[in-house]
Amino acid sequence: MNAREKEQYLREYSILKGQGKPFFPYAVGKDGAMAAITLGVIIAMAILFGAELGPKADPTTTTYSPRPEWYFFFLFELLRVIKPPELTLMATLGVPTICLILLLLLPFYDRSAERHPLKRPIAMIGAVATVVAMAYLSIIGALGGPPSEIEIPVAAQYKPGADVTAASGCLGCHKIGENGNTLGPNLTEIGDRLGRDAIARTLVNPTAPMPSYQGLKQENPEQFEELVDFIASLKKASEEGG
Amino acid sequence: MSKLTPPLPKFLRPAPSRSHEDDGAGEGNGGEPGRAGKVRESAAEGSANVVGWLDERSGISPIVRAQFYRKVPKGTNWFYTLGSATLFAFVSQAVTGVFLAMYYEPDTSRAYESAAHITNEVFLGELVRGMHRWGSTVMIILIFLHMARTFVFGAYKYPRELQWVIGVVLLVLTLAMGLTGYLLPFDQRSFWATTVAVNLNASAPVIGPYLADFMRGGAEFGAASLARFYALHMLAIPGLIAALIGAHLYLVAKLGTTAPPWLKAEKKALRQEGI
Repeated sequence: MNAREKEQYLREYSILKGQGKPFFPYAVGKDGAMAAITLGVIIAMAILFGAELGPKADPTTTTYSPRPEWYFFFLFELLRVIKPPELTLMATLGVPTICLILLLLLPFYDRSAERHPLKRPIAMIGAVATVVAMAYLSIIGALGGPPSEIEIPVAAQYKPGADVTAASGCLGCHKIGENGNTLGPNLTEIGDRLGRDAIARTLVNPTAPMPSYQGLKQENPEQFEELVDFIASLKKASEEGG
Repeated sequence: MSKLTPPLPKFLRPAPSRSHEDDGAGEGNGGEPGRAGKVRESAAEGSANVVGWLDERSGISPIVRAQFYRKVPKGTNWFYTLGSATLFAFVSQAVTGVFLAMYYEPDTSRAYESAAHITNEVFLGELVRGMHRWGSTVMIILIFLHMARTFVFGAYKYPRELQWVIGVVLLVLTLAMGLTGYLLPFDQRSFWATTVAVNLNASAPVIGPYLADFMRGGAEFGAASLARFYALHMLAIPGLIAALIGAHLYLVAKLGTTAPPWLKAEKKALRQEGI
């Protein structure tokens, strides 16, 4: 916008403003009605959906689902879409930071004087593409398998172990196939890297953030063995079930 | 002594008497009001109403009047209520938040119990907690709609660029409210989701580990982390939001709201008529 366009805008705006109605009561009335609708919606949602309170936080337990608020789903999903580990940083911080800076600086790079949406095709296409991408990632994130599900094909003899794994919350930190998170090492092919005994040792005596499965071994040794069998069976697809 | 005390500022000096012209003729000798005149004078002063009293001291009424009866441009429609609705949602969050803070205890051994106490035992506690919880969702949606309106109408352009920048900062702060508030009920879901979120922060280059340490209040997620999230959620971020809303509204009052961009052509015709 050059000086002439700025001056023209201000002049036109003052004319339009002169033709307008007073803020009170016209705009105040609409704002008040909208405020009443907003309060109504908030109360209706509070009554319909309530305020759920799950089981108490326990840093030592393992059955949990680290789901964020829905408006962060697209960020979580970005993590799953961008898979290679060397690009994870890009997914968690790079893309959101760049998008945020672009949003913040919008008035400084979109400097044309045109304001009509239909005469700003690039801006509108960019905006619609951003909204569609965020909506798509959010919906995928909302529908995506919760971390208590394992969707890879499991041979019949390892099925009980897969159930124990799913119920034990391993996927809260680890990834098996497409399910789970990326805090801990990916377990999809862990059987190639660790033998059965090494896996059992790690479960009982893990490194720092991971909880110990000593309790499970003592209280329910059968389940513990199934768990170890299943995890040891996780190998490259060609050797699956071997 | 008198040299050491600075003179009273003008607005603190007693107002000049109002009723001289009335009593001069009757009781006065040489312009001095008598006892009856003084009583009448003070009665006249006392009759000034509260608004007048406030206005005399603050001089605010011309400003309020100018704001209330300022004109909003032709074509202002329901899309222009989204900003004030966002503000209203923030006020609702503040009010419900105050009530929740009366019962909530930011201590790892008490947080969950106090949240359960609010939900199950406090009168209307579940409703207020629900309003606060879903109010955040409503506020986020309203912010996005408000931003979409601003974008589509080209309202971020000259002279309102600064308003857009403040608005984006407000969006980020509101998301930060969502993040810090999510931990407070201290159930499994909120605890682990927040752990993941902080660990994601820790992966940022250079400042990441320091930022994560600051948020956790140490290397481990624990009691200090909850106290920090509580302080950020209760004091720091809402204070910043309130201040920036003030700046945002100041700019609205100063620059006015935009007219819908499609009114341009019609307006040109009207201007030619006027000339």
